[in-house]
Amino acid sequence: MNIPMTTSEPRYVARSVSFYSGADRSIRRRLFLSRVFAGACRFVTYGSLIVLVVLLTAIVWSSLDRLSPDFVYSTNSSDPDKAGMLAGLWGSFWLVLFTALFSVPIGVGSAVYLEEIARDSFAVRVIKTNLSNLAGVPSIVYGILGYTVFRSAAAVLKVWFDGQHAFNVMGLFRLRLIKLPIYEDNILVGALTLTLVVMPTVIAAAQEALRSVPGSIRMASLALGATRWQTIWRQVIPAALPGISTGVILSTSRAIGEAAPLIMLGALTITTMVPGNIDSPLKLITRPTQVLQAPLDQFTAMPIEIYDWSRQTDSQFTAVAASGIMVLLVVLLAINAVALIVRHYASRRLKW
Amino acid sequence: MTWNRRRYATWLLAVMPVVLVGCTVEKIETPAAGAGSETSAPATSTEEVRRIQIDGSSTVKMITAAIGEEFEGKFSDVKIALKVTGTGTGFKEMIAGRIDIANASRPIKESEQADCTKNGIELLPLTIALDGLTVCVNKENDWVDAVTVAQLRKIWEPGSTVRSWRDVDSSWPDHPISLYGPGEESGTFDFFTEAINGKEDAIREDYSPSADDNVTVTGISGERGGMGFFGCAYYFANQDKVKALKISPTDNITDAVAPTAETVKSDQYKPLARPLFIYVKKASLARQEVQDFVRFYLNEGQRQVSAVGYIELSEEQLKASRDAFAAAIR
Repeated sequence: MNIPMTTSEPRYVARSVSFYSGADRSIRRRLFLSRVFAGACRFVTYGSLIVLVVLLTAIVWSSLDRLSPDFVYSTNSSDPDKAGMLAGLWGSFWLVLFTALFSVPIGVGSAVYLEEIARDSFAVRVIKTNLSNLAGVPSIVYGILGYTVFRSAAAVLKVWFDGQHAFNVMGLFRLRLIKLPIYEDNILVGALTLTLVVMPTVIAAAQEALRSVPGSIRMASLALGATRWQTIWRQVIPAALPGISTGVILSTSRAIGEAAPLIMLGALTITTMVPGNIDSPLKLITRPTQVLQAPLDQFTAMPIEIYDWSRQTDSQFTAVAASGIMVLLVVLLAINAVALIVRHYASRRLKW
Repeated sequence: MTWNRRRYATWLLAVMPVVLVGCTVEKIETPAAGAGSETSAPATSTEEVRRIQIDGSSTVKMITAAIGEEFEGKFSDVKIALKVTGTGTGFKEMIAGRIDIANASRPIKESEQADCTKNGIELLPLTIALDGLTVCVNKENDWVDAVTVAQLRKIWEPGSTVRSWRDVDSSWPDHPISLYGPGEESGTFDFFTEAINGKEDAIREDYSPSADDNVTVTGISGERGGMGFFGCAYYFANQDKVKALKISPTDNITDAVAPTAETVKSDQYKPLARPLFIYVKKASLARQEVQDFVRFYLNEGQRQVSAVGYIELSEEQLKASRDAFAAAIR
């Protein structure tokens, strides 16, 4: 945000100063340094941009051989001409869906508590400091945590619900429950682990958004007789919504690129299976039992498939891996576009 | 008396616990499968998802994946759930009873076998293909075509002082040597260290390890003094980029043998040829789909072995595996 300021400021100073004090060495020296700094900033910005462009061009170039609609419609194969990404796409879809469902209420709730409700106690300060520490923990560590906590919990559930069950309501009637096969390495376990991975980022983004809401809004609301809850719910959160939603969506797009914790949890490496056997958006509506089954099913994800393709002996898989990266990038851009749209509409609703 | 939201909530909170306490989840007993009821067994198994859980070696995975794909095409109601975590982790999953088949690029260790026995898991080891670990150098390396095991050990042993090719043999040029190979999580690494350095995991510390053999290939092809090792499939796929060395098991360099399908199959390529295995849980063989898959693996599936770059078993070895399988399902 501030970079354009720093690059334009010295020029302005240079024009106004130079006509009456050409001999002032100190000013010259400082102007020179300022220009050098601006140049360095520009170099860093464009330098990383160039690296990005080179990388993208290389990937686009090598994906040209393979990228076609049927790459998205077919599942994995050991034949590079047939290998597709359908299973990974659906796996990532469910993962991101549930990661968002878990991380938004918990993350925004924590941020509201920390920013709006909690007093500045020792415990709160410890939590605030450690949030940024948690954001720096490598995701594989969360994978180990997820393996010991969530996967073990799923294994217990699996033993409990092995077989057909009925829900007996006070001895009056019995509801026969739908029988779902439960796997301990299922999508919910993966999503809960990814929730841990993105949680610190979500909380930090939400905190930042809440902090940017002017204090006068809160005071005005309270002065008009609103309770703290009404103030938070009707004034502060709507005002912070653009920032919160951007943070949430950007961190879910981090979740979509994670492979390491999922492999740790036991995500499938090579599979033609789509979670719950739902391989088209239409089936989300027409096959309700399969929709229920999907979160409890085994899965693979896009980054896992890309990683596996890049390790294949057959060099033709380079094109497949590149195509996979292209699909992943398109999905990421789509998610970011959603973030922009949400931000736009949420900020339009603000009347002050 | 108006029913506002608060009143609803209060009532709900009061009634809910009473209702919930009276509720129970009970298990509906289904007739036990395999309790002599031959007719009901297939009926239940078609309802259930028929899935074969496989985990283990990244080397064997290539073969299993290719065979599994062909198998899924033929038996459309069975799905292969394949994970790749390494031979050691695969055996751990097997010990925990989570998988039906473990892919392994080395035989099971005694400790792993003991853990299996302790958990009441019986295993059927099947040799399914051969691999010849290939030691490769840069294409432009014109001074070496063959090495002896002793020379390899001199290069790779722990604490090795070899820095340039001349340190190995005084007739070779004084060109710096740079070493690449898989890391210690790999079964290939275990096998190479055992075969060359005499002790598993014993290796010099200053080589460049990588979990991805394509990186090793790139490393060797990028440096004139480069040297590294990997499974033969990576060599066969990259013959235009790297040069394989002949290896002599004796101290006489004229005994050196090149890694080819024939020399590995006829047991001439020593000591870096190795068998690849699948370990099948015997209890899982009671399931028709696992039995079908293993049978397919040892018969029609075998043609995939060479297709993915590994070496097919000799007739006797394949027959031994088939016999072991036949004995296990009898």
